[in-house]
Amino acid sequence: MPQVDEKFEFDYSIPNTLLIKISGDWHISEGLLSESLVSAEFSSHPDIKQVNFSVSQDLKWDSGLIAFLLKLIKECTQKNIQVAREGLPPEAQKLLALALKVYEKTPSHPKSKESFFEECGGKVLQIGESMAHELNFLGDIAVSSFRLFTGRVFFRWDDFMLLIKRCGVDTLLLVSLISLLVGMILAFVASIQLKMFGAQIYIADIVGIAMVRVLAAVMTGIIVSGRIGASFAAELGMMQTNEEIDALKTLGVSPVEFLVLPRVLALVLMMPILTIYADLMAILGGFLISVWLFHLNPVEYLNHTQLAVKISYVWIGLIHSFVFGVIIAIAGCLRGMECDRSAAGVGEAATSAVVSAITGLVIATAIITFICQVLGV
Amino acid sequence: METTLQPVVQVQDLGIGYDDYVVMKDLNFSVNKGDIFIVMGVSGCGKSTLLKSMIGLKEPARGKVLFNTKSFWDEDEKGQKSIMRRFGVLYQSGALWSSLTVGENVALPLELYTKLSKEQIKEIVELKLSLVGMAEHKDSFTSGLSGGMCKRVSLARAIALDPDIIFFDEPSAGLDPINSRKLDDLILELRDGLGATIVIVTHELASIFAIGNNSVFLDDVSKSMIATGDPKALLANSKDPRVIQFLTRGKIDEQKDK
Repeated sequence: MPQVDEKFEFDYSIPNTLLIKISGDWHISEGLLSESLVSAEFSSHPDIKQVNFSVSQDLKWDSGLIAFLLKLIKECTQKNIQVAREGLPPEAQKLLALALKVYEKTPSHPKSKESFFEECGGKVLQIGESMAHELNFLGDIAVSSFRLFTGRVFFRWDDFMLLIKRCGVDTLLLVSLISLLVGMILAFVASIQLKMFGAQIYIADIVGIAMVRVLAAVMTGIIVSGRIGASFAAELGMMQTNEEIDALKTLGVSPVEFLVLPRVLALVLMMPILTIYADLMAILGGFLISVWLFHLNPVEYLNHTQLAVKISYVWIGLIHSFVFGVIIAIAGCLRGMECDRSAAGVGEAATSAVVSAITGLVIATAIITFICQVLGV
Repeated sequence: METTLQPVVQVQDLGIGYDDYVVMKDLNFSVNKGDIFIVMGVSGCGKSTLLKSMIGLKEPARGKVLFNTKSFWDEDEKGQKSIMRRFGVLYQSGALWSSLTVGENVALPLELYTKLSKEQIKEIVELKLSLVGMAEHKDSFTSGLSGGMCKRVSLARAIALDPDIIFFDEPSAGLDPINSRKLDDLILELRDGLGATIVIVTHELASIFAIGNNSVFLDDVSKSMIATGDPKALLANSKDPRVIQFLTRGKIDEQKDK
């Protein structure tokens, strides 16, 4: 007796042979059928040695049918049951032949299946390697700088001037806005305590000293990390992905000399200038708030600022900015140069450059502040 | 799945350009069901731009691209999506998503356009990867694959939804002759198995003659098409020196030089 299912029918009229009559709609949109219905037949009829197919006129199919047949054929192979595919549509036979074709094996890179502890251990070990790599990179930059001064570097001054513009002029508007606002905020916050003693004139001292010594450099550093550091990383990362850096190497041009050095120099040169500019904008911010809102005498405010801000503070601010310039440029360039050759890699490089630069910035600030404290500056 | 001679893509009076710059104009041709249709021409003649207009990435300046009588650029967003659902595209670079594994790349169209369960999607992904010989790489990331393997995975992704039309942009670019030949064979087998229509943008003569049965020849000087038909017939019968020069790898010039 033939057994009937929705989309197939079983026929045992030939001894030891199961004839599967396929009909109906087998499109993926109808969902995939499980081969378990046919497997059940194999269990109930252990004498089956061969499976044949026939299809009805109303059969509609796509990959849904092929996926079902593929699973069935694999199961039959495991159970040593012969499968005759002649009864299937010719196109389906071609697809099955293609799907079952054995291709040459090529080594693959499967997803890592390390345990949590193995991953943690791996990360710790990577820190050492990463530090060695960073020191190497610093060494390369130092050597390249030396070669630049001896005139033995392939250095494109046109590119360098464009980088100067990118790091300096193009960042000016953002630095102006942020510094002006930070100066204003500092004046507001200082006034909360100072007005209780009628000593609001000292707002000038607080804004002047805080901004000139450290805050202007830090704020400029943060702006430049986000704007320039990230763009260096993304730019070099993209060049790595497009094999542009390999092309330089094969030309015998050091990527550090050609790409990294101009960027580091441009940023190191521009950071102090931006910081001085940020100092002035922040002092202007404090001045505006103090004069307009707290009605302080403008001349008195400027005199106080002049008295409070010693030239040594300006130098401390400049040292900060110089160090920050080096940190941001190196973080951006290093992350870009070691970027994975993929779109995700470029994104990660940019993020990592900003995170590394800001972390480095805070650590450097702490160290410089400590040294200044010890030296009594 | 049976093949009948009917136009599935019709390009009517198509003109493409960027702002005031004209890339191509007066394009008129049809791609029939089951065709392996070649868009050929010298580098920079506008082949890839034409492909972009055909797959809905660049709106033409004038004219129509009809898919089974539906004008793609006259449809609303929903209509355009339903047309796009019926074709697959293999990009020149493979354009695999590097943050996903091979299997996840192929699964994404299925997750977007079908209501299959995760297990069922996994089965279809395995099937599609088996068809292109990449099943054992389903858990690999694409960064570790060779150019030929990337193309095959990209092809598996292009056929994930059993498309009616598959577009290929320079499928042989960056492949060695052996892998290029294997890809041509695969294209033929998939055309026969899936019953799909194939449109290929290429200037690889070996592939053009091996698999193409219909074509359009684009000319960069007149910025229009100057020939259409079976590439082998064009080689045998065309009187246009530009077509012959292209199809014979410039032998006409060599003869003149002699």
